[in-house]
Amino acid sequence: MTGTLRNPVSQELGPDQLLEAYRMMRTIRDFEERVHEEFAGGDIPGFVHLYAGEEASAAGVCLHLDDRDAIASTHRGHGHCIAKGVDVLGMMAEIYGKSTGSCKGKGGSMHIADLSKGMLGANGIVGGGPPLICGRALASKQLGTGGVAVAFFGDGASNQGTTLESLNLATVWNLPAIFVAENNGYAEATSSTWSVATDDIADRAAAFGMPGVIVDGFDFFAVHEAAGEAVARAREGGGPTLIEVKFTRYFGHFEGDQQLYRGDEVAQARDKLDCLKRFRARVTESGQLTTDQLDTIDAEVAALIDRSVAEAKAAPKPAAAELLTDVYVSY
Amino acid sequence: MARSISYREAINEALAQEMERDSRVVVFGEDNVGGTGAPGDIDAWGGVLGVTKGLYGKFPGRVMDTPISESAFIGAAIGAATGGLRPVAELMFIDFMGVCFDQIFNQAAKFRYMFGGNAVTPVVIRTMWGAGLRAAAQHSQSLLSVFTHIPGLKVAAPSNPYDAKGLLIASIRDDDPVIFAEHKMLYDTTGEVPEESYSIPFGEANVARDGGDVTIVAIGRMVNTALEAAAELAGSGVEAEVIDPRTTSPLDLDTILESVENTGRLVVVDESNPRCSLASDISASVAQEAFGALLAPIQLVTGPHTPVPFADSLEDLFIPDVPKIVGAVKTAVDWSK
Repeated sequence: MTGTLRNPVSQELGPDQLLEAYRMMRTIRDFEERVHEEFAGGDIPGFVHLYAGEEASAAGVCLHLDDRDAIASTHRGHGHCIAKGVDVLGMMAEIYGKSTGSCKGKGGSMHIADLSKGMLGANGIVGGGPPLICGRALASKQLGTGGVAVAFFGDGASNQGTTLESLNLATVWNLPAIFVAENNGYAEATSSTWSVATDDIADRAAAFGMPGVIVDGFDFFAVHEAAGEAVARAREGGGPTLIEVKFTRYFGHFEGDQQLYRGDEVAQARDKLDCLKRFRARVTESGQLTTDQLDTIDAEVAALIDRSVAEAKAAPKPAAAELLTDVYVSY
Repeated sequence: MARSISYREAINEALAQEMERDSRVVVFGEDNVGGTGAPGDIDAWGGVLGVTKGLYGKFPGRVMDTPISESAFIGAAIGAATGGLRPVAELMFIDFMGVCFDQIFNQAAKFRYMFGGNAVTPVVIRTMWGAGLRAAAQHSQSLLSVFTHIPGLKVAAPSNPYDAKGLLIASIRDDDPVIFAEHKMLYDTTGEVPEESYSIPFGEANVARDGGDVTIVAIGRMVNTALEAAAELAGSGVEAEVIDPRTTSPLDLDTILESVENTGRLVVVDESNPRCSLASDISASVAQEAFGALLAPIQLVTGPHTPVPFADSLEDLFIPDVPKIVGAVKTAVDWSK
């Protein structure tokens, strides 16, 4: 059942959707590049894992989703949050640990969530999300909302028992779930060519009785098409799908990672494969969008990111009383 | 005359009444139906010890079997709870927490706090605990203290059928994750249970017996053992007050402290291993909060620091019994003479 898609087409995407896709990916890219700079400046505490390079996956999947739908993310979750509509200003403030953050500064980069948007959280536990997504898909099915649930996870999590159990459960319960394996080549510093026993993660779909597809993760249109098929199948009661998205991340596992284990794939990817460059070239060459339209988005996004950083830096830290709130009981 | 039913029946009735009341309540776990996909009878088991028996027929589609994949289905219960259902998942034995604990303590327990208060996770995880069934080291543990340690989890450990029904109904209606620990040796015990629905608030201990000489705090099955010990002690003129916390998180420390202020002596009875246990936790709190009232050192009656053994001769030694409790009480009483 595993296979690559035929040459993807994007005819169903109108100009507004293309602009939305581009804005989404540009926002993720600029957000991550800026966090990279700001982290180096020493203002951002803790652990930060950046999604730059992988934008086409979050955007290609989430453009199919609406308020009925839920996603679970990973430690590398900023892109998924943005693609699912989490407020960028709140996200940046959260990363700075400020009271105006998405989680009032109590979650941080690895736990940004907005359940009102169906975003179940970035997740500090590798493989933490897939079981939760089975539950969200079950809830949609039981309550008849028509919603689907998407688990984003990495090549590292593809080797976790939680993920494999969830793939099985999703088929056994015939859940409206989509499993998106984002294979960026490395689980921390370990190559997925070594740590994943099969040639491709998508090969594992057959073992769990679901379709598995491999897509070029630098190609927004490829991801969008594969996700569209999977989401439609799930909404129609056809059960889960495993999509393997292949690409590389532009930064290290975490900010501060010297990346001594890597080759020169980032420079090559940025130059030749980059999802934003390819998107721009494709939609302008086809005449679907103009360079001016895209440049306008670039300027708007740049202003938004500037504002998010300025506001985050200016915002107050959580008050001391917040230490003891949001738990059910204090001793 | 009031109706008497078993602990097992009380739990089943609580589930049925809540499922009837609220269509968002779903029940699933390994063999909670029993027989799904098999050629023979459906609802063949109703859970490994029959607690969910009959629910499938009343609520088809809302009682489900699962693969033996605790991480996936306990996690699914948690995810479903964030999506509008109120799932009651069964972790067959508390010992199996080892294969799904991340979903419980890193996911469910943390959502509300780490998402800044913007998450509600109304999930109940029913699980069977305790020694006495000759079930050996991996099916007999009393790991309540592990769950009690985790902020964001509530933990109930009913000691009788009345509490089992009322606490389970409260658990299902609670918006926080609840570990509902059913002692396997209590399923066939019986007691008076009203037919109508009722709930027992968390964090309110039950004073199972009044007495002025010593306070015995006992957990789960040990409440019954403590009451037997108290009856024996009464014969020798020692009146023990027996307190059943009913929930270990939140813990009703006030009721315990009030009793100790009156009696001046505390014995804590918990069949779990002794280190970092409910017994050590309760005794530390009392020592800190009521030091001036104590007439004798606090006595702990617990299992030893070993796994639960299989052989009946050894398991019976492992579990606190009436003579051990009586001995501990006498030590406390004699100390102050």
